[in-house]
Amino acid sequence: MLKKAKNYKPWLSAAFYWWPISLLTLLLFFAIFGSWIAPFDPDRQNLLARLKDPGFEARGAVYWLGSDELGRDVLSRVIHGAKVSISVAFLSVILSGSVGVAVGMAAGYLRGWSETILMRLVDIFLSIPAILLAIITVAVLGPGFINVILVLSLTRWPRYARVAYGQTLTIANRPYVTLAHAMGASAPRILVMHILPNIVGPLLVVATLEFGLMVLFEAGLSFLGLGVQPPTASWGSMLSTGRNYVGSAWWIATFPGLALFLLVLSANLIGDRLSDRIGKGHG
Amino acid sequence: MLRFLLQRGGQALIAVFGVVTLVFFIQRITGDPTALLLPETATQADIEAMRATLGLDRPLLAQYINFLGDMAHFDLGRSFVQNASVEEIIVSRIPETLQLAAGALVVALLIGLPLGLLMALTKGRFISRWIMGIVLACQSMPTFWSGIMMILVFGVWLRWLPSSGTGTLSHLIMPSIALGLLSLATYARITRSAVVDEMGKDYVRSALARGVGTKRLVTKHLMRNSLIPIISITALELSQLLAGAVIVETVFAWPGLGLLTVQSIAARDFVVVQAVVLLGAFVTIFANLAADILYSIVDPRVRLSV
Repeated sequence: MLKKAKNYKPWLSAAFYWWPISLLTLLLFFAIFGSWIAPFDPDRQNLLARLKDPGFEARGAVYWLGSDELGRDVLSRVIHGAKVSISVAFLSVILSGSVGVAVGMAAGYLRGWSETILMRLVDIFLSIPAILLAIITVAVLGPGFINVILVLSLTRWPRYARVAYGQTLTIANRPYVTLAHAMGASAPRILVMHILPNIVGPLLVVATLEFGLMVLFEAGLSFLGLGVQPPTASWGSMLSTGRNYVGSAWWIATFPGLALFLLVLSANLIGDRLSDRIGKGHG
Repeated sequence: MLRFLLQRGGQALIAVFGVVTLVFFIQRITGDPTALLLPETATQADIEAMRATLGLDRPLLAQYINFLGDMAHFDLGRSFVQNASVEEIIVSRIPETLQLAAGALVVALLIGLPLGLLMALTKGRFISRWIMGIVLACQSMPTFWSGIMMILVFGVWLRWLPSSGTGTLSHLIMPSIALGLLSLATYARITRSAVVDEMGKDYVRSALARGVGTKRLVTKHLMRNSLIPIISITALELSQLLAGAVIVETVFAWPGLGLLTVQSIAARDFVVVQAVVLLGAFVTIFANLAADILYSIVDPRVRLSV
């Protein structure tokens, strides 16, 4: 589709390409260097400056995005919230991706009984709506940073397993794989050295799109009070507070939501672009 | 056909069995689920009584078989918090959630289909990419944020629509849009790729050669043949909507299954949470089964590939 689309200006196309990447980089920068950039300590309360409008000034310090119900600076909390969102999403993509890819490749290469059992298991996990599975598991395990990552990985590994399985099936019959087998290479060696490098493209597309989804899930769980616990700043819990103050302090919900939306949008745009380039295979 | 039905039905049953098993073992992750099943105010006697009911003194396998037996009888248990059978509680909330899901589906179809069609017809042009951008924006929109922003604009500032609660059609508008946005993106994408696939086929070329106008080409040829994937995706969307309802209902204080789930977690009424999760999974499994069967009726080639 993109190859034919040449009738618009190249700089516009470049802008389309680069803005999600720059935005993602900016948010990543916030996540890593948040403590240096944020104008306030995100947890410091100032009961004299509760629910102040964006731009409010107190003793020379400016609350650029206003303050929340405990007088904490919304801008600083949005900046610090990037850390939670990005690290939870990143770690759960890595964890669920590794488990899913291992399972999918094993099922696709070994075939037979292990294929049947593993892929049935994948079907079972996929038939529970992911957010419900996450909710019930978090309710059992209890909320918290590590538990949220574990729960998100538990719910999302089957997606990678499906893709890795399908891709492995097509690669496993290629002559060079048969040759490696004939030369005495072990199954793990064949999987890691010969198959994995050839299926990594579609998996990368899935991982990028899943990253956006993980950000949404983490925020959703935090919104419901099941994610990272207060006082740690997370966009989801800020939105949950903001819902209660929507009539009197619109800025509390607006800005963390905007940050969340932009992060997910840029991940999805990059994923979409990658899938156009790498080709189909995700699903 | 019978063989196909038996095979698909059998697979669905295996999935149901697997889901029940999964839910059972998730609750046993921490070892003793008694604390989950009782409110915080429970006395020691309540805890002992619950242990006896669940048979926690017995081996895990025996507990599991017991649980399977209850599920086979559709015995979902009793909520200690609300002092009612879980079945009653759930059934009383279903109509609200169905209303919301139907509203969301209408929003998704009414906007998603035309957008997808337009993207396919303008494929390769700049406008197509802009629409794709809008679709991606819908897909990236956190439902709780779009919900709150709508409340802010239409409920608080303009005072056009009620910001929470249920009862009239005007209560349904904002929650339906918030919930429908995600499905809208799915429908737009599916429609686009289905129509693009059809556009490459010979019959479309010959219709164009015969001088069939765009309007007729779209309504009589393209849309009709693109409907199959669109119908089958609806099965998947149903379960997405049920899951999305958890958040949308919380935002709009909509008294359906989603809000029930969140309230039950807060009240530690875990039997209810478990029942909603199982319900969600069963809806998914059977919607997929129904889609498979419908699909095989529409396109008999599917049956041969079993």
